[in-house]
Amino acid sequence: MSDWIEACAADDIDEEDVIRFDHAGRTFALYRSPEDEFFATDGLCTHEQIHLSQGLVMGDIIECPKHNGRFNYKTGAARGAPVCVNLRTYPVKIDAGKVFIQLG
Amino acid sequence: MIIIGAGEGGTRAAFALREAGYDGTITLVGAERHLPYERPPLSKEAMTSTDAPAIKAIADAARLKEHRIDLVGTTTATSIDRANRSVRLTNGSDLEYDKLLIATGATPRRLPLAGLGSRCVYLRTFDDALAIRSHLGPGCRIAIVGGGFIGLELAASARKLGADVTVIEAQSRILMRGVPEDIATVVHETHATEGVDIVCGDGIATINDRADGVRITLASGLQVTADLAIIGIGAVPVTTLAETAGLTLNNGIAVDAQLRTSDPLIFAAGDCCSFPLAVYGGRRVRLEAWRSAQEHGALAARNMLGSEEALACVPWFWSDQYGLSLQIAGLPDEGERTVRRDLDDGAFILFHLKEDGRLVAASGIGPGNAVARDIRLAEMLIAKSARPDIGALAAPSVKLKSLLAA
Ligand SMILES: Cc1cc2nc3c(=O)[nH]c(=O)nc-3n(C[C@H](O)[C@H](O)[C@H](O)COP(=O)(O)OP(=O)(O)OC[C@H]3O[C@@H](n4cnc5c(N)ncnc54)[C@H](O)[C@@H]3O)c2cc1C
Ligand code: FES
Repeated sequence: MSDWIEACAADDIDEEDVIRFDHAGRTFALYRSPEDEFFATDGLCTHEQIHLSQGLVMGDIIECPKHNGRFNYKTGAARGAPVCVNLRTYPVKIDAGKVFIQLG
Repeated sequence: MIIIGAGEGGTRAAFALREAGYDGTITLVGAERHLPYERPPLSKEAMTSTDAPAIKAIADAARLKEHRIDLVGTTTATSIDRANRSVRLTNGSDLEYDKLLIATGATPRRLPLAGLGSRCVYLRTFDDALAIRSHLGPGCRIAIVGGGFIGLELAASARKLGADVTVIEAQSRILMRGVPEDIATVVHETHATEGVDIVCGDGIATINDRADGVRITLASGLQVTADLAIIGIGAVPVTTLAETAGLTLNNGIAVDAQLRTSDPLIFAAGDCCSFPLAVYGGRRVRLEAWRSAQEHGALAARNMLGSEEALACVPWFWSDQYGLSLQIAGLPDEGERTVRRDLDDGAFILFHLKEDGRLVAASGIGPGNAVARDIRLAEMLIAKSARPDIGALAAPSVKLKSLLAA
């Protein structure tokens, strides 16, 4: 099982928002939901290689900034045109005000 | 259910029929020889990729099969028999329908001049893109007739491949239709910096496709000689089928807010139709926009199944040139005054408002996706007929999301 990686401080992400996190040549998106829970997915849209971190978070949804493709960031599920391939998600935990992500 | 036109609108409609639970047959008739594919990359990535250009399929054969969508490709619908509810195809067959969707798109407007030959080309299809691509390379001379989106995206792509590019625009500036001047200026300056020669306010007097190249003479007497002339002077809706079937036309196939034509069993979607926009009090428009074609396809499908939903969306469009991205939500010409919001890295957004403060459109430009989030939020404010605080719009420190809640 791989390690938990420290990504950022919990306060670095606003509620109902997203930030980008790069690690070991890969890029991820970290989310804070309106219910104050934290989530992580792959950082790039599955339609074209676009960073989701510049997109808009609304409720459970991250919307891609390029062509408005939508995903549920909690499950990774693609939610309609033009995206049809799901996003990969990663476990997240909060410890002492820090966000950790478990990479598979 | 029969859908004519296997492009963006038609293909999305086919999937939307299944998503809405329709279990009967779906026949998607398309004139092109390819799987349904996305057009926006044709002037962008497909022109500049180092690999051979490939289609970006909307759906591959497996997905079409899984959703039981019968794609009849390389086949054109030639007539509609409304009395017998059937469609005749070039392969000789007649298909009967319960409901019919026409999503035949648009086709490039032809330059109404004599003297055009094989080196004067247009871009709409993947095959057009392949032909253009085969001419592009370092040092080749490309003339682009028309400073609209497709012409300018092609100019950027051709420069990237090392071509010498001249853009000829008859109007006084590029992007005259639908794009505010401040944004067009940024686009113009970027092209100039990248080495594109843009000539504005000069129409074409004559054009001659000759052995040594295409010779274009402008009204001012200026001459441009090119190895290839790409003509991008707009597009016209494909309406012949609808017209011969006696459906009402009005700048395209006229549909109501539910996308129904003058025949209640026939719907139309995408670039081929004009429709009333609820956000602007029912103003009738015809758009040539990718997301709109998708929204139309999805809505037409649900209404073909008896749902009676009216279109409620806000027009949205983007264009990519070099590292810049432009996005427009709503129709800027609805605005009576403008508020500017400056973001990082030279990106900015113009909010277009009515005198009474109602937000009607927003247009932005900047590197990468710098303007995307604010444009999307502006779109939601437009949909709500919001009258946002002007000071807040102008202040980049104020999150637009906070205005949405208000
Ligand atoms: C080069 C290019 C770049 C673009 N870039 C952007 C962009 O950056 N952003 C944006 O928002 N929009 C862009 N667009 C516009 C967008 O692609 C269109 O708005 C969209 O494709 C319209 O979808 P549609 O289904 O109405 O028509 P289309 O996608 O054109 O599909 C219509 C299909 O119907 C077929 N057809 C026509 N008549 C018949 C018949 N009688 N029988 C059978 N088949 C028929 C046609 O062959 C065609 O395949 C671009 C368009 C082009 C050409
Ligand atoms: S790149 Fe994300 S929707 Fe197209």
